[in-house]
Amino acid sequence: MPQLPGKLEETLDLLDLVPDRTERIQLLIDIADRFEEVPPRLARRPFSDDHLVPACESQAYVWGEERPDGNLDFHFAVENPQGISAKSLAVILDEGLSGAPLEQVAAVPQDLVYRVFGRELSMGKSMGLMGMVAMVASMARKKMTSDGTPAGPSGAGSRGAT
Amino acid sequence: MSEIESRGYVNPDVLVSTDWVSQHLQDPQIRIVESNEDPLLHGTGHIPGAVEIDWTRDLNDQVRRDYLDHQGFSALMQRLGIGKDTTVVFYGDRNNWWATYAYWVFQLFGHAKAKIMDGGRIKWTKENRQLSREVPQYPPADYQAKARDDKKIRAFREQVLDHLKSKGRLIDVRSPAEYTGERLHMPEYPNEGALRGGHIPGAANVPWARAVNPDDGTFKPASDLKAIYEGEARLSPQDDVVVYCRIGERSSHTWFVLTHLLGYPKVRNYDGSWTEWGNLVGVPIER
Repeated sequence: MPQLPGKLEETLDLLDLVPDRTERIQLLIDIADRFEEVPPRLARRPFSDDHLVPACESQAYVWGEERPDGNLDFHFAVENPQGISAKSLAVILDEGLSGAPLEQVAAVPQDLVYRVFGRELSMGKSMGLMGMVAMVASMARKKMTSDGTPAGPSGAGSRGAT
Repeated sequence: MSEIESRGYVNPDVLVSTDWVSQHLQDPQIRIVESNEDPLLHGTGHIPGAVEIDWTRDLNDQVRRDYLDHQGFSALMQRLGIGKDTTVVFYGDRNNWWATYAYWVFQLFGHAKAKIMDGGRIKWTKENRQLSREVPQYPPADYQAKARDDKKIRAFREQVLDHLKSKGRLIDVRSPAEYTGERLHMPEYPNEGALRGGHIPGAANVPWARAVNPDDGTFKPASDLKAIYEGEARLSPQDDVVVYCRIGERSSHTWFVLTHLLGYPKVRNYDGSWTEWGNLVGVPIER
């Protein structure tokens, strides 16, 4: 099992140092304040449903943009203005996974959501946030498949735009 | 007559407007309580003076699947500075979904002085009303709650089975995909926390959010609600009704609508809902 990308692990370690709920919430809000929407050169409204995260009630969208080295940068949009958790997770995924080796991104577990937000999430909220992680990992798997790199047992992605 | 009163609800006093709340921000007899699905939202700014109730941390037993007991409720009220005579005004995100859930739990302990701010957080923010990040401090209240009463507004699985035998009415407030069981088959995504998909036999499917106007989260007028629940779902006010969803949160919203806005005297919320029913051995399921 590949390790988590170093930048993501750093963020998770930082969050682990803040067990107090109120302080952690403030830290996650501060992270959400850094959210930047997908640049217009990649996508404009109305966004394509191809990039819509299934099961995410905050209407989150994800795009993968190829770097010269073949790895991916990830970009997000969150249409629900009250989707603060989705924005916070988007920043964590962007800062932690953009440019990381594809095999590491493809192996990021969905329960990362609980390490970030704790277990005090509704099932609907968990599903939406896990869907964001799953979609990013799926994009990495699809890219590996299209590159001809074995994507591993969970790499069932089809060839196509990420 | 206020705009809310003009909508024809049986009990319009259970709703207050955003205007009303803004005029009572300094009222010591009022405690504004925010309850959201998104745990970060309250911290980004809330109605000045509002305290937060987190549904998992504050309303649930932390070990068993159950709500807090009367001692836990008393401690919560004491911490939030809510006395027996304090009127609690709930609001929240997602069309007051979690606000009505908190309201319903409060009714298990008989705290009748409770209201919902019509439109919830979305309406307050759309009106560009003041938000604050200041954490309010209130002196602890002396609140001795009576024992939780589950009989009138809460249903357990054995009661739902009896309800089925007696041809009682059921409303499944989940999405159509959950109601049909289709949702369990979505690849790569977590299921509903249940081994089987579908719905309790005979249940009508009325997704909870149909009771609100999507633009501002306010409740629809009584005539529209009657068209949905009585015209389409064939309920009548005399019915014994059980509502359910996945864990009883969305259905508390429909419980609120049927009980207070349409005045149905016998509505119970089955909070075990599909996460219990869909995992039970041998119970009937319809798809």
